[in-house]
Amino acid sequence: MTEAVRRLAAFRELVLIMIIVVSGIVMSQLSEFFFTEGNLRSVVIGMVPGAIIAIGMAVLLASGGFDLSVAAVMALCGTICAYLLSEGAPIPLAIVGALLLGALVGSGNGVLVTFLRVNPLVATLGTLLVARGLALVITEGYNISNLPPSFVQLGQEGPLDLPWMVWIMLGLVLLADLALRHTRFLRQVYYMGGNERAARLSGIRVDALRVFTYVFSGTLAGLAGVLLAARLNTAVPTAGQNLELTVIAAAVLGGASLTGGEGTVLGAALGIAFLALLSNALTLLHVSIFWQIVTTGIVLIAAVSLDMLLRRRQA
Amino acid sequence: MSKRPPELAVEGLTKVFPGTRALDDLSMSVEPGEVHAVLGENGAGKTTLLMILSGVYAPDSGRVLVRGEEVSFARAQDAQAAGIGTVFQEFSLVGRLTVAENVFASHLPTRWLGVLDRRRMAREARELLRTLGSELRPDRSVASLDVGERQLVEIAKALSLRASVLLLDEPTSALSAEEAATLFEVLRRLREQGIAIVFVSHRLAEVFEIADRITVLRDGRLVDTRRRDEITPDDAVRLMVGRELSVLYPGRTEETGPARLEVRGLRSGPVGPVDLVVHAGEIVGVAGLRGSGRSRLVRAIVGAERRDAGEILVDGSAVRIDRPWQAVGHGIAFVPAGRMEEALFPRMSLARNLVSTCLGLVTRLGIVRAAAERRLAERLVRRLGVRARDVEQLVQTLSGGNQQKAVLAKWLALEPRVLVVDEPTQGIDVGAKAEIHAILRELAEGGLAVLMISSELPELLGMCDRVLVMANGRVRGALRAEEATEEQVLALAAGTAGEEAA
Repeated sequence: MTEAVRRLAAFRELVLIMIIVVSGIVMSQLSEFFFTEGNLRSVVIGMVPGAIIAIGMAVLLASGGFDLSVAAVMALCGTICAYLLSEGAPIPLAIVGALLLGALVGSGNGVLVTFLRVNPLVATLGTLLVARGLALVITEGYNISNLPPSFVQLGQEGPLDLPWMVWIMLGLVLLADLALRHTRFLRQVYYMGGNERAARLSGIRVDALRVFTYVFSGTLAGLAGVLLAARLNTAVPTAGQNLELTVIAAAVLGGASLTGGEGTVLGAALGIAFLALLSNALTLLHVSIFWQIVTTGIVLIAAVSLDMLLRRRQA
Repeated sequence: MSKRPPELAVEGLTKVFPGTRALDDLSMSVEPGEVHAVLGENGAGKTTLLMILSGVYAPDSGRVLVRGEEVSFARAQDAQAAGIGTVFQEFSLVGRLTVAENVFASHLPTRWLGVLDRRRMAREARELLRTLGSELRPDRSVASLDVGERQLVEIAKALSLRASVLLLDEPTSALSAEEAATLFEVLRRLREQGIAIVFVSHRLAEVFEIADRITVLRDGRLVDTRRRDEITPDDAVRLMVGRELSVLYPGRTEETGPARLEVRGLRSGPVGPVDLVVHAGEIVGVAGLRGSGRSRLVRAIVGAERRDAGEILVDGSAVRIDRPWQAVGHGIAFVPAGRMEEALFPRMSLARNLVSTCLGLVTRLGIVRAAAERRLAERLVRRLGVRARDVEQLVQTLSGGNQQKAVLAKWLALEPRVLVVDEPTQGIDVGAKAEIHAILRELAEGGLAVLMISSELPELLGMCDRVLVMANGRVRGALRAEEATEEQVLALAAGTAGEEAA
């Protein structure tokens, strides 16, 4: 029994996939719209920004870190990208600029947490406010629309009738998942999250690694901002309110732990997929958006409580 | 036997932790007005006994009796209510609060509606401190007190619920000689008041100064209880160790090679300047009381603590070590004192723990190869005789001794030139201890330079070729371990003998 439970916990991704498939089957019985190409497509496209941010969050949580600023950074970087484009900057330059800005905010978080020893919750709450505020300052609160068509393509056209942003998401999730599992460099992240002092004394350069994890997370948030702007043909400075919490919830559903040392990129991405599906299902069932928030919270609490129970049995 | 039952007694006390019997069928008693010392090596069960008596652990079997009545404690508060006060080695005071607030922390006197009765608190705290012979002002903040004064506050706190039994865990470990003398005055005063005192220490000299009776524990069992005048310090050591030292400690080196690790003028905070040399094939011990700076010294050598001045040379060339990874790069392996806190990744498998220092050996093109990882881990496990189901077993489920072997094993694949170990056998049973000792000697014979800290003098004297004795951040003397006695080491450690040396 305990061995089976342990196995199950080890293949959290598989459990999530099964839950997703089962809820898909149930939903297709409950709503005729659910299993239509249009609906599934919109679910997949809708989860792209969250899934891309979740990649960075999975790495951060595995390292024992934490980042509340990601959604605000996404909005800020999308805004900057659109701003640069509207000022006539070439598309690659605007994108690179946005990504660099994300990396810069991330390195700020990293320095605050690593060298000034500010609690990650407080540090990234601060940068959340700064980033969100700056996005509003730059746009004076307005959206920036009418972006160049070849930029907008990123979010609207692509092979197999799926926009490029979906393929970018799939590619990044796959790549990052393999990298976190198998590369020497990212293996160190698990050691750091498992026991930072032991990692340091084992010869791992934890300070540099810690800064890297925040830069990585910030850069991906920047990318999410760029892709969201392309999708909407608009940069919205208030985009992604509470998205950081959804992403953290998804990562935890996917096996991450706030105490560090655990979790995978695939798990976090599947967590995002599950939450996207849940929200879509509730919408199709005419549940109000307000109740959807409540439901997400309950699902998270239930999943994590169950997880804790299984682990305690295991120990 | 006596007309009235002992103030405190335990009968058949047993406590099992995964991998060790921390206490095994222990019976002993403490009379009112008696100082009863409990002696034993680390892992002998002293701390477990205190934890049970203070209500932190519940025994697996056996009884605790206070004045003849059986008691059982679900929580620490229950032990206090039964009249047992405890002062742990780690102080539990809140620096920003006052003396009085700390003394009454668990049961603050209140008036109507829960408003604090500060006047009564101050008055009672003052009375309590007077019974200890202290005129400490109850309104001073604890942060402004020195260690000896804090110790007094801890004792007052332990006695604040009218305790008739006082448990003291290594009460002098952080105290200077004068502070310890003051503490003993307090203990004598309490003894006259009829308090039963349990005094846990491994400082023999102190035990023989203050104790009325001495109980020796080994491997969780009672070895003997004797009146102080029926036992000599030598007897006590023999009873504590309990076997021929030659079994517990391997032989010493015949000859040593060139200097492997050299430290010149090292300073780190209050420590230093220190010079030392460890040769290839040599095991050098660092002795000293807690607070003597021995841990800080070795941690500064391996880059785990800030180094303010000084040079470190490995195989004759100066190296730069400001961070642990640099030390690792120069072939210096470090086994810190806290296995779980600083050396292992508790929720990871044995294999993952073992490759944490040497990922490079199982990596090709940046990818960690699972098969190579497993092979390396299995090789290390065999080499050091780590007993585990397989290398996938979670390291936190191993016994203490096997965990400690795992900590050593994780450095071996790197083939280090210098091995620095801090308390390598703390809290593990004697069998595992002997194995670790053999491993350390074998590594030294293979050409490593070993620098070793231990709180157990017998271990240092039994294992090492040379022992450096530290006090107040400086090396006060170097002794050839084979010829040195505990008394010599203690005299140097207490700062009462010797001069600067290296």
